[in-house]
Amino acid sequence: MSVMDQNTVRKVARLAQIEVQDSEIDAVGKKLEGIIGFVEQLSEVNTDNVEPLSSVNDIPCPLREDVTNDGGIVDKVLKNAPDSQEGFFVVSKVVE
Amino acid sequence: MAEIIRGNTGDWEMVIGLEVHAQAITESKLFSGAATAFGAAPNTQVSLVDAAMPGMLPVLNMKSVEQAVRTGLGLNSKINLYSVFERKNYFYPDLPQGYQISQYLHPIVGEGEIEIDLPNGEVKKVGITRLHLEQDAGKSIHDQHPTKSYVDLNRSGNTLMEIVSEPDLRDGIEVGAYLTKLRMILRYLGTCDGNMDEGSMRADVNISVRKVGETEYGTRCEIKNVNSIKAAQAAIDYESRRQIELLEDGGSVDQETRLWDPAQNVTRSMRSKEDAHDYRYFPDPDLLPLELEQGYVDDIKKTLPELPDEKKHRFMDSYGLGAYDASVLISSRSRADYFETVANDRDAKLAANWVINELLGILNKDGKTIEESPITSENLGKLVGLIEDNTISGRIAKDVFAEMYESGADPEKIVEEKGLKQVTDTGAIEAIIDKVIADNQDKVEQYKSGKDKLFGFFVGQVMKESQGKANPQMVNELLKKKLS
Repeated sequence: MSVMDQNTVRKVARLAQIEVQDSEIDAVGKKLEGIIGFVEQLSEVNTDNVEPLSSVNDIPCPLREDVTNDGGIVDKVLKNAPDSQEGFFVVSKVVE
Repeated sequence: MAEIIRGNTGDWEMVIGLEVHAQAITESKLFSGAATAFGAAPNTQVSLVDAAMPGMLPVLNMKSVEQAVRTGLGLNSKINLYSVFERKNYFYPDLPQGYQISQYLHPIVGEGEIEIDLPNGEVKKVGITRLHLEQDAGKSIHDQHPTKSYVDLNRSGNTLMEIVSEPDLRDGIEVGAYLTKLRMILRYLGTCDGNMDEGSMRADVNISVRKVGETEYGTRCEIKNVNSIKAAQAAIDYESRRQIELLEDGGSVDQETRLWDPAQNVTRSMRSKEDAHDYRYFPDPDLLPLELEQGYVDDIKKTLPELPDEKKHRFMDSYGLGAYDASVLISSRSRADYFETVANDRDAKLAANWVINELLGILNKDGKTIEESPITSENLGKLVGLIEDNTISGRIAKDVFAEMYESGADPEKIVEEKGLKQVTDTGAIEAIIDKVIADNQDKVEQYKSGKDKLFGFFVGQVMKESQGKANPQMVNELLKKKLS
Protein backbone atom coordinates (compact mmCIF):
# COMPACT_ATOMS: atom_id res chain seq x y z
CA MET A 1 0.00 0.00 0.00
CA SER A 2 1.79 3.10 -1.16
CA VAL A 3 -0.53 6.14 -1.43
CA MET A 4 -3.16 4.94 1.03
CA ASP A 5 -1.14 3.86 4.05
CA GLN A 6 -2.97 3.30 7.33
CA ASN A 7 -2.48 6.86 8.60
CA THR A 8 -3.76 8.40 5.37
CA VAL A 9 -6.86 6.21 5.49
CA ARG A 10 -7.49 7.30 9.09
CA LYS A 11 -7.06 10.95 8.17
CA VAL A 12 -9.39 10.76 5.17
CA ALA A 13 -11.97 8.99 7.31
CA ARG A 14 -11.70 11.70 9.97
CA LEU A 15 -12.05 14.51 7.43
CA ALA A 16 -15.10 12.80 5.94
CA GLN A 17 -16.52 12.12 9.42
CA ILE A 18 -16.82 8.41 8.62
CA GLU A 19 -16.12 5.81 11.27
CA VAL A 20 -13.66 3.15 10.09
CA GLN A 21 -12.72 0.26 12.43
CA ASP A 22 -9.05 -0.74 12.69
CA SER A 23 -9.97 -4.14 11.22
CA GLU A 24 -11.36 -2.41 8.10
CA ILE A 25 -8.50 -0.05 7.40
CA ASP A 26 -6.48 -2.27 5.08
CA ALA A 27 -9.53 -3.26 3.05
CA VAL A 28 -10.74 0.36 2.75
CA GLY A 29 -7.23 1.45 1.78
CA LYS A 30 -7.11 -1.12 -1.02
CA LYS A 31 -10.47 0.04 -2.39
CA LEU A 32 -9.39 3.69 -2.31
CA GLU A 33 -6.16 2.77 -4.09
CA GLY A 34 -8.23 1.15 -6.80
CA ILE A 35 -10.33 4.27 -7.24
CA ILE A 36 -7.29 6.54 -7.26
CA GLY A 37 -5.54 4.30 -9.76
CA PHE A 38 -8.56 4.43 -12.03
CA VAL A 39 -8.77 8.24 -11.90
CA GLU A 40 -4.99 8.49 -12.31
CA GLN A 41 -5.40 7.28 -15.89
CA LEU A 42 -6.48 10.86 -16.68
CA SER A 43 -2.93 12.04 -16.09
CA GLU A 44 -1.88 10.16 -19.22
CA VAL A 45 -3.58 12.89 -21.28
CA ASN A 46 -1.28 15.72 -22.28
CA THR A 47 -2.76 18.96 -20.86
CA ASP A 48 0.14 21.29 -21.61
CA ASN A 49 -1.15 24.77 -22.54
CA VAL A 50 -4.75 23.84 -21.71
CA GLU A 51 -6.64 26.19 -19.35
CA PRO A 52 -8.33 24.40 -16.43
CA LEU A 53 -12.05 23.96 -17.13
CA SER A 54 -14.39 25.16 -14.37
CA SER A 55 -17.53 24.25 -16.24
CA VAL A 56 -18.51 22.41 -19.41
CA ASN A 57 -21.32 24.90 -20.10
CA ASP A 58 -20.29 27.95 -22.05
CA ILE A 59 -23.14 30.07 -20.67
CA PRO A 60 -23.07 32.95 -18.18
CA CYS A 61 -23.68 32.34 -14.48
CA PRO A 62 -27.39 32.93 -13.88
CA LEU A 63 -28.16 35.67 -11.33
CA ARG A 64 -31.22 36.39 -9.15
CA GLU A 65 -32.79 39.73 -8.28
CA ASP A 66 -32.26 40.65 -4.63
CA VAL A 67 -35.78 39.95 -3.36
CA THR A 68 -37.01 38.03 -0.34
CA ASN A 69 -39.28 35.27 -1.61
CA ASP A 70 -38.32 32.28 0.52
CA GLY A 71 -37.97 31.28 4.18
CA GLY A 72 -40.65 31.39 6.86
CA ILE A 73 -40.88 27.61 6.78
CA VAL A 74 -39.41 26.71 10.14
CA ASP A 75 -41.57 23.54 10.42
CA LYS A 76 -40.31 22.19 7.11
CA VAL A 77 -36.72 23.10 7.93
CA LEU A 78 -36.87 21.27 11.26
CA LYS A 79 -38.93 18.33 10.02
CA ASN A 80 -36.03 15.89 9.66
CA ALA A 81 -34.14 17.10 12.70
CA PRO A 82 -33.66 14.33 15.29
CA ASP A 83 -34.20 16.92 18.01
CA SER A 84 -35.44 20.50 18.07
CA GLN A 85 -36.66 22.99 20.62
CA GLU A 86 -38.31 26.40 20.28
CA GLY A 87 -37.33 26.64 16.66
CA PHE A 88 -33.68 25.60 17.20
CA PHE A 89 -31.96 22.44 16.00
CA VAL A 90 -30.66 20.67 19.11
CA VAL A 91 -27.37 18.76 18.73
CA SER A 92 -24.76 17.23 21.01
CA LYS A 93 -22.70 19.92 22.62
CA VAL A 94 -19.97 21.26 20.34
CA VAL A 95 -17.83 23.83 22.03
CA GLU A 96 -14.13 24.50 22.29
CA MET B 1 6.49 54.65 15.36
CA ALA B 2 5.20 51.15 15.80
CA GLU B 3 5.42 49.57 19.22
CA ILE B 4 8.66 47.76 20.02
CA ILE B 5 8.61 45.10 22.73
CA ARG B 6 11.77 44.86 24.82
CA GLY B 7 12.54 41.20 25.48
CA ASN B 8 15.36 39.61 27.46
CA THR B 9 17.31 38.87 24.29
CA GLY B 10 16.57 42.06 22.33
CA ASP B 11 13.87 44.18 20.74
CA TRP B 12 10.90 42.56 19.01
CA GLU B 13 8.27 43.79 16.59
CA MET B 14 4.88 42.37 15.62
CA VAL B 15 3.76 41.49 12.12
CA ILE B 16 -0.01 41.48 11.78
CA GLY B 17 -2.48 40.88 8.97
CA LEU B 18 -6.25 40.85 9.31
CA GLU B 19 -9.03 38.83 7.73
CA VAL B 20 -12.20 40.85 8.13
CA HIS B 21 -15.56 39.23 7.46
CA ALA B 22 -18.05 41.92 6.50
CA GLN B 23 -21.67 40.97 5.98
CA ALA B 24 -22.85 42.63 2.76
CA ILE B 25 -26.07 44.64 2.95
CA THR B 26 -28.62 42.73 0.86
CA GLU B 27 -32.31 41.90 1.27
CA SER B 28 -31.88 38.22 0.56
CA LYS B 29 -29.07 35.69 0.93
CA LEU B 30 -26.09 35.01 -1.33
CA PHE B 31 -27.66 31.96 -2.95
CA SER B 32 -31.30 31.91 -1.78
CA GLY B 33 -34.36 34.17 -1.43
CA ALA B 34 -34.54 33.98 2.39
CA ALA B 35 -34.34 37.24 4.33
CA THR B 36 -31.15 38.49 6.03
CA ALA B 37 -32.49 40.83 8.76
CA PHE B 38 -30.79 40.53 12.18
CA GLY B 39 -32.69 39.28 15.22
CA ALA B 40 -35.53 37.21 13.71
CA ALA B 41 -36.96 34.15 15.52
CA PRO B 42 -34.71 31.08 15.05
CA ASN B 43 -34.77 29.32 11.68
CA THR B 44 -37.54 31.54 10.28
CA GLN B 45 -35.20 33.00 7.65
CA VAL B 46 -34.07 29.68 6.23
CA SER B 47 -34.93 28.27 2.83
CA LEU B 48 -34.44 24.66 1.83
CA VAL B 49 -31.28 25.81 0.01
CA ASP B 50 -29.84 27.25 3.24
CA ALA B 51 -30.81 24.08 5.12
CA ALA B 52 -28.91 22.11 2.43
CA MET B 53 -31.77 19.79 1.61
CA PRO B 54 -30.77 17.30 -1.10
CA GLY B 55 -31.28 18.52 -4.65
CA MET B 56 -31.46 22.21 -3.80
CA LEU B 57 -29.40 24.44 -6.09
CA PRO B 58 -27.79 27.79 -5.27
CA VAL B 59 -28.55 30.82 -7.50
CA LEU B 60 -26.26 33.82 -7.11
CA ASN B 61 -27.74 37.13 -5.84
CA MET B 62 -26.81 39.98 -8.23
CA LYS B 63 -26.86 42.47 -5.34
CA SER B 64 -24.15 40.49 -3.52
CA VAL B 65 -21.97 40.72 -6.61
CA GLU B 66 -22.61 44.47 -6.89
CA GLN B 67 -21.77 45.04 -3.21
CA ALA B 68 -18.50 43.12 -3.55
CA VAL B 69 -17.48 45.10 -6.64
CA ARG B 70 -18.49 48.36 -4.96
CA THR B 71 -16.41 47.51 -1.90
CA GLY B 72 -13.46 46.49 -4.07
CA LEU B 73 -13.58 49.85 -5.86
CA GLY B 74 -13.82 51.65 -2.50
CA LEU B 75 -10.68 49.80 -1.37
CA ASN B 76 -8.84 50.97 -4.51
CA SER B 77 -8.55 47.36 -5.56
CA LYS B 78 -8.41 45.50 -8.84
CA ILE B 79 -11.77 43.99 -9.88
CA ASN B 80 -11.40 40.53 -11.38
CA LEU B 81 -13.84 40.14 -14.26
CA TYR B 82 -13.57 36.36 -13.93
CA SER B 83 -14.11 34.69 -10.57
CA VAL B 84 -14.96 31.17 -9.45
CA PHE B 85 -16.94 29.79 -6.51
CA GLU B 86 -15.35 26.81 -4.80
CA ARG B 87 -16.31 24.48 -2.00
CA LYS B 88 -14.39 24.70 1.26
CA ASN B 89 -15.02 21.42 3.02
CA TYR B 90 -15.39 21.02 6.77
CA PHE B 91 -17.97 19.72 9.20
CA TYR B 92 -19.68 21.78 11.86
CA PRO B 93 -23.31 21.70 13.04
CA ASP B 94 -24.00 25.27 11.91
CA LEU B 95 -22.80 24.47 8.37
CA PRO B 96 -25.49 22.12 7.03
CA GLN B 97 -23.94 21.64 3.56
CA GLY B 98 -20.74 20.19 5.00
CA TYR B 99 -18.92 22.79 2.92
CA GLN B 100 -18.90 26.56 2.63
CA ILE B 101 -19.29 28.04 -0.84
CA SER B 102 -16.39 30.50 -1.07
CA GLN B 103 -13.88 31.79 -3.58
CA TYR B 104 -10.31 30.57 -3.47
CA LEU B 105 -8.02 30.69 -6.50
CA HIS B 106 -10.11 33.28 -8.37
CA PRO B 107 -11.56 35.88 -5.99
CA ILE B 108 -13.80 38.67 -7.31
CA VAL B 109 -11.46 41.39 -6.02
CA GLY B 110 -7.66 41.42 -6.12
CA GLU B 111 -4.92 43.66 -4.75
CA GLY B 112 -5.48 47.19 -3.50
CA GLU B 113 -4.46 49.67 -0.83
CA ILE B 114 -6.03 51.96 1.77
CA GLU B 115 -4.67 54.72 3.99
CA ILE B 116 -5.00 54.57 7.76
CA ASP B 117 -4.77 57.56 10.11
CA LEU B 118 -2.66 57.03 13.22
CA PRO B 119 -3.28 58.98 16.44
CA ASN B 120 0.04 60.84 16.06
CA GLY B 121 -1.18 62.32 12.77
CA GLU B 122 0.87 59.92 10.62
CA VAL B 123 -0.77 58.36 7.56
CA LYS B 124 0.19 54.79 6.66
CA LYS B 125 -0.64 52.75 3.58
CA VAL B 126 -1.92 49.21 4.15
CA GLY B 127 -2.11 46.67 1.33
CA ILE B 128 -5.30 44.75 0.59
CA THR B 129 -4.53 41.24 -0.65
CA ARG B 130 -8.00 40.33 -1.85
CA LEU B 131 -11.73 40.36 -1.22
CA HIS B 132 -13.81 37.29 -1.90
CA LEU B 133 -17.47 36.37 -1.59
CA GLU B 134 -18.56 33.50 0.64
CA GLN B 135 -21.51 32.16 2.62
CA ASP B 136 -21.86 32.91 6.29
CA ALA B 137 -22.43 29.97 8.66
CA GLY B 138 -25.33 29.63 11.10
CA LYS B 139 -25.06 30.34 14.78
CA SER B 140 -24.58 27.83 17.62
CA ILE B 141 -25.61 28.63 21.17
CA HIS B 142 -23.75 26.63 23.78
CA ASP B 143 -24.91 28.06 27.10
CA GLN B 144 -28.57 27.03 27.16
CA HIS B 145 -28.14 23.37 28.08
CA PRO B 146 -25.44 21.32 29.88
CA THR B 147 -24.96 18.72 27.14
CA LYS B 148 -26.62 20.22 24.05
CA SER B 149 -25.92 23.02 21.58
CA TYR B 150 -28.74 24.94 19.88
CA VAL B 151 -28.38 25.77 16.19
CA ASP B 152 -30.07 28.65 14.36
CA LEU B 153 -29.49 28.78 10.60
CA ASN B 154 -30.92 32.28 10.03
CA ARG B 155 -27.42 33.62 9.33
CA SER B 156 -26.53 30.61 7.23
CA GLY B 157 -26.00 31.66 3.62
CA ASN B 158 -25.82 35.42 4.25
CA THR B 159 -23.35 37.20 1.98
CA LEU B 160 -19.92 37.67 3.51
CA MET B 161 -17.12 39.68 1.96
CA GLU B 162 -13.83 38.40 3.37
CA ILE B 163 -11.31 41.22 3.15
CA VAL B 164 -7.73 40.09 3.62
CA SER B 165 -4.96 42.59 4.37
CA GLU B 166 -1.26 42.26 3.71
CA PRO B 167 0.86 41.69 6.86
CA ASP B 168 1.54 45.45 6.96
CA LEU B 169 0.32 46.21 10.48
CA ARG B 170 2.84 46.46 13.33
CA ASP B 171 0.90 46.97 16.56
CA GLY B 172 -2.51 47.22 18.19
CA ILE B 173 -2.86 50.93 17.45
CA GLU B 174 -2.38 50.33 13.73
CA VAL B 175 -4.87 47.47 13.86
CA GLY B 176 -7.40 49.77 15.55
CA ALA B 177 -6.82 52.46 12.92
CA TYR B 178 -7.18 49.91 10.10
CA LEU B 179 -10.46 48.50 11.44
CA THR B 180 -11.81 52.01 12.03
CA LYS B 181 -10.96 53.13 8.51
CA LEU B 182 -12.24 49.93 6.91
CA ARG B 183 -15.54 50.22 8.78
CA MET B 184 -15.83 53.88 7.76
CA ILE B 185 -15.28 53.03 4.09
CA LEU B 186 -17.84 50.18 4.20
CA ARG B 187 -20.41 52.48 5.80
CA TYR B 188 -19.76 55.27 3.31
CA LEU B 189 -20.21 52.77 0.47
CA GLY B 190 -23.37 51.35 2.06
CA THR B 191 -22.07 47.81 1.57
CA CYS B 192 -21.89 46.72 5.25
CA ASP B 193 -23.32 48.30 8.40
CA GLY B 194 -20.07 47.58 10.29
CA ASN B 195 -21.78 46.66 13.57
CA MET B 196 -19.16 44.54 15.31
CA ASP B 197 -21.41 43.85 18.31
CA GLU B 198 -24.10 42.34 16.06
CA GLY B 199 -21.40 40.33 14.29
CA SER B 200 -21.91 41.96 10.89
CA MET B 201 -18.20 42.78 10.89
CA ARG B 202 -15.78 40.26 12.46
CA ALA B 203 -12.02 40.01 12.42
CA ASP B 204 -9.50 37.16 12.54
CA VAL B 205 -6.01 38.31 13.48
CA ASN B 206 -2.88 36.71 11.99
CA ILE B 207 0.11 37.59 14.11
CA SER B 208 3.78 36.67 14.34
CA VAL B 209 6.80 38.31 15.99
CA ARG B 210 10.38 38.86 14.88
CA LYS B 211 13.50 40.65 16.07
CA VAL B 212 13.70 44.26 14.95
CA GLY B 213 15.77 44.37 11.76
CA GLU B 214 14.86 40.83 10.74
CA THR B 215 13.26 40.66 7.27
CA GLU B 216 11.86 37.12 7.35
CA TYR B 217 8.45 36.53 8.89
CA GLY B 218 8.13 34.35 11.98
CA THR B 219 5.59 31.55 12.35
CA ARG B 220 2.14 33.04 12.76
CA CYS B 221 -0.97 32.16 14.72
CA GLU B 222 -4.51 32.96 13.70
CA ILE B 223 -6.71 34.32 16.48
CA LYS B 224 -10.47 33.95 16.16
CA ASN B 225 -13.41 35.30 18.16
CA VAL B 226 -12.19 38.90 18.12
CA ASN B 227 -15.42 40.88 18.21
CA SER B 228 -14.39 44.46 18.78
CA ILE B 229 -11.47 46.79 18.14
CA LYS B 230 -10.62 46.69 21.84
CA ALA B 231 -10.65 42.88 21.84
CA ALA B 232 -8.35 42.86 18.80
CA GLN B 233 -5.88 45.10 20.61
CA ALA B 234 -6.02 43.09 23.84
CA ALA B 235 -5.57 39.83 21.92
CA ILE B 236 -2.55 41.26 20.09
CA ASP B 237 -0.97 42.44 23.34
CA TYR B 238 -1.36 39.03 24.91
CA GLU B 239 -0.43 36.92 21.87
CA SER B 240 2.71 38.88 20.95
CA ARG B 241 4.09 38.50 24.46
CA ARG B 242 3.18 34.81 24.56
CA GLN B 243 5.11 34.20 21.33
CA ILE B 244 8.13 36.22 22.45
CA GLU B 245 8.28 34.36 25.74
CA LEU B 246 8.18 31.02 23.88
CA LEU B 247 10.95 32.06 21.50
CA GLU B 248 13.16 33.58 24.19
CA ASP B 249 12.87 30.36 26.22
CA GLY B 250 14.31 28.52 23.23
CA GLY B 251 10.98 27.13 22.07
CA SER B 252 9.11 27.64 18.81
CA VAL B 253 5.69 28.92 17.81
CA ASP B 254 3.30 26.34 16.35
CA GLN B 255 1.28 27.55 13.39
CA GLU B 256 -2.24 27.10 14.73
CA THR B 257 -5.65 28.62 15.24
CA ARG B 258 -6.21 30.14 18.65
CA LEU B 259 -9.33 31.45 20.31
CA TRP B 260 -9.47 34.79 22.13
CA ASP B 261 -11.06 34.39 25.56
CA PRO B 262 -12.26 37.86 26.59
CA ALA B 263 -13.18 36.70 30.11
CA GLN B 264 -9.63 35.50 30.95
CA ASN B 265 -7.83 37.89 28.56
CA VAL B 266 -5.85 35.04 27.02
CA THR B 267 -5.67 33.18 23.70
CA ARG B 268 -6.14 29.42 23.79
CA SER B 269 -5.21 26.73 21.32
CA MET B 270 -8.16 25.17 19.43
CA ARG B 271 -6.78 21.63 19.38
CA SER B 272 -9.84 20.20 17.66
CA LYS B 273 -8.96 22.30 14.64
CA GLU B 274 -5.81 20.29 13.87
CA ASP B 275 -7.18 19.37 10.45
CA ALA B 276 -8.81 22.74 10.02
CA HIS B 277 -6.61 23.85 7.16
CA ASP B 278 -7.23 20.73 5.09
CA TYR B 279 -10.24 22.17 3.30
CA ARG B 280 -9.95 20.28 -0.01
CA TYR B 281 -11.20 23.19 -2.11
CA PHE B 282 -12.60 22.43 -5.55
CA PRO B 283 -14.79 24.43 -7.98
CA ASP B 284 -18.46 24.13 -7.01
CA PRO B 285 -20.14 22.14 -9.80
CA ASP B 286 -23.49 23.76 -8.89
CA LEU B 287 -22.26 27.22 -9.92
CA LEU B 288 -20.85 28.56 -13.17
CA PRO B 289 -17.85 30.88 -13.12
CA LEU B 290 -18.87 34.52 -12.70
CA GLU B 291 -17.93 36.70 -15.65
CA LEU B 292 -18.41 40.47 -15.46
CA GLU B 293 -18.22 43.13 -18.18
CA GLN B 294 -15.86 46.08 -17.70
CA GLY B 295 -18.85 48.36 -18.47
CA TYR B 296 -20.71 46.91 -15.49
CA VAL B 297 -17.78 47.75 -13.19
CA ASP B 298 -17.49 51.26 -14.68
CA ASP B 299 -21.21 51.90 -14.07
CA ILE B 300 -20.82 50.96 -10.40
CA LYS B 301 -17.75 53.18 -10.16
CA LYS B 302 -19.85 56.16 -11.28
CA THR B 303 -22.22 55.67 -8.33
CA LEU B 304 -19.51 55.65 -5.64
CA PRO B 305 -19.91 58.40 -3.05
CA GLU B 306 -17.06 60.68 -2.05
CA LEU B 307 -14.96 58.43 0.19
CA PRO B 308 -13.61 59.36 3.65
CA ASP B 309 -10.08 60.32 2.56
CA GLU B 310 -11.27 62.43 -0.39
CA LYS B 311 -13.77 64.17 1.88
CA LYS B 312 -11.12 64.82 4.50
CA HIS B 313 -8.82 66.47 2.00
CA ARG B 314 -11.67 68.54 0.54
CA PHE B 315 -12.67 69.74 4.03
CA MET B 316 -9.06 70.79 4.66
CA ASP B 317 -8.62 72.47 1.27
CA SER B 318 -11.95 74.18 0.67
CA TYR B 319 -13.02 74.95 4.26
CA GLY B 320 -9.54 75.57 5.62
CA LEU B 321 -10.00 73.08 8.47
CA GLY B 322 -7.13 71.40 10.30
CA ALA B 323 -6.50 67.66 9.83
CA TYR B 324 -7.90 66.82 13.25
CA ASP B 325 -11.18 68.74 12.86
CA ALA B 326 -11.60 67.34 9.35
CA SER B 327 -11.08 63.77 10.55
CA VAL B 328 -13.64 64.22 13.35
CA LEU B 329 -16.21 65.57 10.89
CA ILE B 330 -15.80 62.87 8.24
CA SER B 331 -15.97 59.92 10.63
CA SER B 332 -19.49 59.28 9.36
CA ARG B 333 -21.29 60.43 6.24
CA SER B 334 -24.21 61.84 8.23
CA ARG B 335 -21.85 63.85 10.42
CA ALA B 336 -20.08 65.26 7.37
CA ASP B 337 -23.39 66.11 5.68
CA TYR B 338 -24.59 67.82 8.87
CA PHE B 339 -21.47 69.95 8.99
CA GLU B 340 -21.74 70.93 5.34
CA THR B 341 -25.30 72.19 5.87
CA VAL B 342 -24.18 74.24 8.89
CA ALA B 343 -21.18 75.64 7.03
CA ASN B 344 -23.12 76.42 3.85
CA ASP B 345 -22.09 79.97 2.81
CA ARG B 346 -20.99 80.71 6.36
CA ASP B 347 -17.76 80.93 8.34
CA ALA B 348 -16.64 77.28 8.05
CA LYS B 349 -14.22 77.35 10.98
CA LEU B 350 -16.91 78.82 13.22
CA ALA B 351 -19.33 76.17 11.95
CA ALA B 352 -16.78 73.38 12.63
CA ASN B 353 -16.22 74.76 16.11
CA TRP B 354 -19.94 74.72 16.94
CA VAL B 355 -20.50 71.26 15.49
CA ILE B 356 -17.46 69.67 17.15
CA ASN B 357 -17.16 71.45 20.49
CA GLU B 358 -20.75 72.31 21.30
CA LEU B 359 -23.00 69.86 19.48
CA LEU B 360 -20.87 66.68 19.43
CA GLY B 361 -19.80 67.50 22.99
CA ILE B 362 -23.33 67.43 24.37
CA LEU B 363 -24.46 64.56 22.10
CA ASN B 364 -21.58 62.40 23.33
CA LYS B 365 -22.47 63.23 26.90
CA ASP B 366 -26.07 62.13 26.27
CA GLY B 367 -24.99 59.04 24.32
CA LYS B 368 -26.69 60.26 21.15
CA THR B 369 -25.59 60.15 17.52
CA ILE B 370 -25.82 63.10 15.18
CA GLU B 371 -28.93 61.57 13.57
CA GLU B 372 -30.65 61.89 16.96
CA SER B 373 -29.68 65.53 17.46
CA PRO B 374 -32.61 67.68 18.63
CA ILE B 375 -31.03 70.58 16.73
CA THR B 376 -31.37 70.34 12.96
CA SER B 377 -28.39 71.24 10.79
CA GLU B 378 -30.42 74.11 9.25
CA ASN B 379 -31.07 75.61 12.69
CA LEU B 380 -27.47 75.29 13.84
CA GLY B 381 -26.49 76.94 10.57
CA LYS B 382 -28.84 79.84 11.36
CA LEU B 383 -27.26 80.18 14.80
CA VAL B 384 -23.79 80.37 13.27
CA GLY B 385 -25.15 82.98 10.85
CA LEU B 386 -26.52 85.06 13.76
CA ILE B 387 -23.08 85.07 15.39
CA GLU B 388 -21.31 85.80 12.13
CA ASP B 389 -23.41 88.88 11.30
CA ASN B 390 -23.17 90.13 14.90
CA THR B 391 -26.89 89.74 15.62
CA ILE B 392 -25.95 87.95 18.84
CA SER B 393 -22.72 87.58 20.76
CA GLY B 394 -20.93 84.27 21.21
CA ARG B 395 -21.91 84.22 24.86
CA ILE B 396 -25.63 84.73 24.18
CA ALA B 397 -25.31 82.12 21.43
CA LYS B 398 -24.45 79.51 24.07
CA ASP B 399 -27.71 80.24 25.89
CA VAL B 400 -29.66 80.11 22.63
CA PHE B 401 -27.91 76.81 21.79
CA ALA B 402 -28.94 75.33 25.15
CA GLU B 403 -32.53 76.32 24.51
CA MET B 404 -32.43 74.92 20.97
CA TYR B 405 -31.14 71.64 22.36
CA GLU B 406 -34.05 71.54 24.81
CA SER B 407 -36.85 72.52 22.47
CA GLY B 408 -35.54 72.07 18.93
CA ALA B 409 -36.69 75.64 18.22
CA ASP B 410 -35.49 77.99 15.48
CA PRO B 411 -32.71 80.26 16.86
CA GLU B 412 -34.07 83.32 15.03
CA LYS B 413 -37.38 82.90 16.86
CA ILE B 414 -35.67 82.43 20.22
CA VAL B 415 -33.59 85.57 19.71
CA GLU B 416 -36.66 87.52 18.57
CA GLU B 417 -39.00 86.37 21.34
CA LYS B 418 -36.50 86.79 24.15
CA GLY B 419 -35.12 90.05 22.83
CA LEU B 420 -31.56 88.75 22.75
CA LYS B 421 -30.38 90.82 19.82
CA GLN B 422 -26.99 92.29 20.37
CA VAL B 423 -27.02 95.99 21.18
CA THR B 424 -24.91 97.72 18.52
CA ASP B 425 -26.45 101.15 18.95
CA THR B 426 -23.63 103.47 20.07
CA GLY B 427 -25.97 105.73 22.05
CA ALA B 428 -27.47 102.85 24.01
CA ILE B 429 -24.08 101.41 24.89
CA GLU B 430 -22.73 104.84 25.87
CA ALA B 431 -25.71 105.33 28.19
CA ILE B 432 -24.87 102.08 29.99
CA ILE B 433 -21.17 103.01 30.19
CA ASP B 434 -22.03 106.39 31.66
CA LYS B 435 -24.14 104.71 34.33
CA VAL B 436 -21.39 102.22 35.20
CA ILE B 437 -18.83 105.03 35.44
CA ALA B 438 -21.14 107.09 37.65
CA ASP B 439 -21.74 104.13 39.97
CA ASN B 440 -18.04 103.32 40.30
CA GLN B 441 -16.24 106.63 40.67
CA ASP B 442 -13.65 105.16 43.07
CA LYS B 443 -12.63 102.51 40.54
CA VAL B 444 -12.40 105.12 37.79
CA GLU B 445 -9.88 107.04 39.92
CA GLN B 446 -7.80 103.93 40.53
CA TYR B 447 -7.90 103.07 36.84
CA LYS B 448 -6.76 106.51 35.81
CA SER B 449 -3.91 106.36 38.32
CA GLY B 450 -2.52 103.30 36.59
CA LYS B 451 -4.46 100.21 37.69
CA ASP B 452 -4.93 98.93 34.12
CA LYS B 453 -6.32 95.62 35.22
CA LEU B 454 -9.56 97.30 36.22
CA PHE B 455 -10.49 97.66 32.57
CA GLY B 456 -11.83 94.09 32.64
CA PHE B 457 -14.00 95.00 35.60
CA PHE B 458 -15.66 97.81 33.64
CA VAL B 459 -16.26 95.55 30.63
CA GLY B 460 -17.86 93.00 32.94
CA GLN B 461 -20.11 95.59 34.55
CA VAL B 462 -21.29 96.94 31.20
CA MET B 463 -22.00 93.46 29.86
CA LYS B 464 -23.89 92.60 33.04
CA GLU B 465 -25.91 95.79 32.87
CA SER B 466 -26.82 95.02 29.24
CA GLN B 467 -27.75 91.42 30.15
CA GLY B 468 -24.96 90.20 27.89
CA LYS B 469 -26.43 91.84 24.83
CA ALA B 470 -23.97 94.66 24.25
CA ASN B 471 -21.54 94.04 21.41
CA PRO B 472 -18.29 93.29 23.28
CA GLN B 473 -16.06 94.91 20.68
CA MET B 474 -18.02 98.16 20.78
CA VAL B 475 -18.02 98.09 24.57
CA ASN B 476 -14.22 97.81 24.50
CA GLU B 477 -13.77 100.70 22.11
CA LEU B 478 -16.27 103.05 23.75
CA LEU B 479 -15.00 102.29 27.25
CA LYS B 480 -11.44 103.09 26.24
CA LYS B 481 -12.56 106.46 24.92
CA LYS B 482 -14.66 107.33 27.97
CA LEU B 483 -11.98 106.32 30.47
CA SER B 484 -9.12 108.12 28.79
